Amino acid sequence: MKLLVCISKVPDTTSKINFVDNNTKFDESGVQYIVNPYDEWYALVRALELVEKHGGTVTTITVGTNADDPTIRKALAIGANDAVRIDANPNDPFFVAKQIANYASKENFDIVLTGKETINYNGSQVGGMVAELLDLPYVSLATKLNVDGETATLERDVQGGIEVVEVNTPFVLSAAKGMAEQRIPNMRGIMAARTKPLKVIPADSQEDLSSVVKFELPEAKSGCKYIDPENMNELVDLLHNEAKVI
Amino acid sequence: MSVLVFIEYKNKVSKAALEAVSYGSKIGKVSVVTYGNIDSSELEILGKYGAEKVLVHKGISSSNDQQITKLVAAAADQENSNVIVLAQDQTGKSIGPRIAAKLSAGHISGAIALPDTSNGFVVKTNVYSGKAFAHISVNTPIKVISLLANSLPPEMNEKTAQIVDFDADLGDARITVKEMKTQGEGIPLPEAELVVSAGRGLKGPENWGIVEELAESLGATTACSRPVADIGWRPHHEHVGQTGIAIRPNLYIAAGISGAIQHLAGVNGSKVIVVINTDSEAPFFKAADYGIVGDAFEVLPKLTEALNNFKASQN
Ligand SMILES: Cc1cc2nc3c(=O)[nH]c(=O)nc-3n(C[C@H](O)[C@H](O)[C@H](O)COP(=O)(O)OP(=O)(O)OC[C@H]3O[C@@H](n4cnc5c(N)ncnc54)[C@H](O)[C@@H]3O)c2cc1C
Ligand SMILES: Nc1ncnc2c1ncn2[C@@H]1O[C@H](COP(=O)(O)O)[C@@H](O)[C@H]1O
Repeated sequence: MKLLVCISKVPDTTSKINFVDNNTKFDESGVQYIVNPYDEWYALVRALELVEKHGGTVTTITVGTNADDPTIRKALAIGANDAVRIDANPNDPFFVAKQIANYASKENFDIVLTGKETINYNGSQVGGMVAELLDLPYVSLATKLNVDGETATLERDVQGGIEVVEVNTPFVLSAAKGMAEQRIPNMRGIMAARTKPLKVIPADSQEDLSSVVKFELPEAKSGCKYIDPENMNELVDLLHNEAKVI
Repeated sequence: MSVLVFIEYKNKVSKAALEAVSYGSKIGKVSVVTYGNIDSSELEILGKYGAEKVLVHKGISSSNDQQITKLVAAAADQENSNVIVLAQDQTGKSIGPRIAAKLSAGHISGAIALPDTSNGFVVKTNVYSGKAFAHISVNTPIKVISLLANSLPPEMNEKTAQIVDFDADLGDARITVKEMKTQGEGIPLPEAELVVSAGRGLKGPENWGIVEELAESLGATTACSRPVADIGWRPHHEHVGQTGIAIRPNLYIAAGISGAIQHLAGVNGSKVIVVINTDSEAPFFKAADYGIVGDAFEVLPKLTEALNNFKASQN
């Protein structure tokens, strides 16, 4: 089985979110980057489990600059066989999807795995775009994945419940919580990751279809109004007359 | 502008569908596209929210990403649509990006405001898990916008919708649905306007009665923090936050939840937040509109009682 896992780097979940340059750029000072949790915990780990069971390889792909290399090494330390980095500083999900699709179209991957969303852009866009560009089925928000020969059975989140679906390889998926458990890389993995192949290839030209004009922080709450725990009538009154939500 | 709104019809016209149609009608002339064996009378309500035409494909009955993408692309082609609007729900996440890629269109996912066309076409969305907003400019002739639930309430805009059959070659379904496991009754979390949520402070699953009673009295949907779902006290689909569901209800009541940044990421779009916690230093109070420093085991039943009295006095 030949699997491709799309890996992106995101600010650590506890990072302070601030912007600089007139609110057009994310303030990176003091920010730690991690592998996007959906990519790491769910997509990558499930891909590794499948290859451990059925044989095969797991390649990771990242559209990014050399600032992404530490997070790519982390994915290799967890167990991916090799990594590809498309050298670019992406600003647009279609640009990213195009690069990944171009690369994948030259190899015969059985499954392309993406995360449900990046926790900085929250677009949930790249996976579906890759699928369309490759003309492959896309199982979004998958929470379980099993493979038997050329047939995969998945569970996915849909409105009002969970769908059990069957699809033939090759296909693209986005991985959500439930698919696997987080793995902590061990010392051997970390050592091995240093020498695993990380191939850097130039990006194909593609115009951005969208661009960020500016960022904005939400207005700070004006302060919490405290209510006596013995006086819930007052809370009900405030919710009705002041907040007007009930 | 010519706007095409994709909606999914599952036994009824959903609130998300009305939000999308109403949003579209503020941008331009709206045609709607949907699929399934739907009685025309069921779709007339779309006219009240601004739809002038509804195209119904009766050849398919289940949401297959590639078929729906072809359906929307064919309808957009026929209607000469410049803007395509859909809900940012599970189906929207599956097909929105596909449609955008097929039409080489820029895609705004999770829009929370109308486009600003004073200088190009710029739409505000949630980023950094609700910790910030981005204003994103779309540079392509066709734009695909998926709308976050509960961002803009549907508004009436009386039109008469002409409901017509629409045929297009949608190819084969390459994903086969084997089974649908429905979960929970009532309003699904992403659509809920009122949510009552609890965390590890509730000590055990046997104590959730007081949470459910409050939710029932309010007509609210229940939610929980992640550790509570992880240890199996509550079902996974109730887990809100960075790795769970992101919600933006009108009212979010959180009992026994500390307010860790990853939890806040999923709920800080709520219009009003009420926090109940024994620890006056709990970080959640910084994000709260109303705070009660107290024991959830005492406060929740009192709140339910106060609500019931209030409801009785309203009748
Ligand atoms: C990458 C990452 C992603 C994460 N994603 C999520 C996510 O999506 N959602 C999420 O929720 N968490 C998430 N977490 C976990 C998060 O960091 C917190 O650990 C979690 O939210 C804490 O849950 P809690 O508030 O229920 O429990 P605790 O932190 O244990 O807090 C319990 C609270 O209850 C209060 N309490 C105790 N007894 C009572 C009582 N009788 N009455 C009232 N209050 C009482 C306590 O004072 C305390 O504030 C994530 C963590 C990481 C690292
Ligand atoms: N720059 C990137 N390089 C590789 N994969 C990416 C990149 N950005 C996003 N992805 C993948 O696409 C998924 C969805 O991202 P997004 O559309 O930004 O929410 C992520 O979980 C990753 O798996």
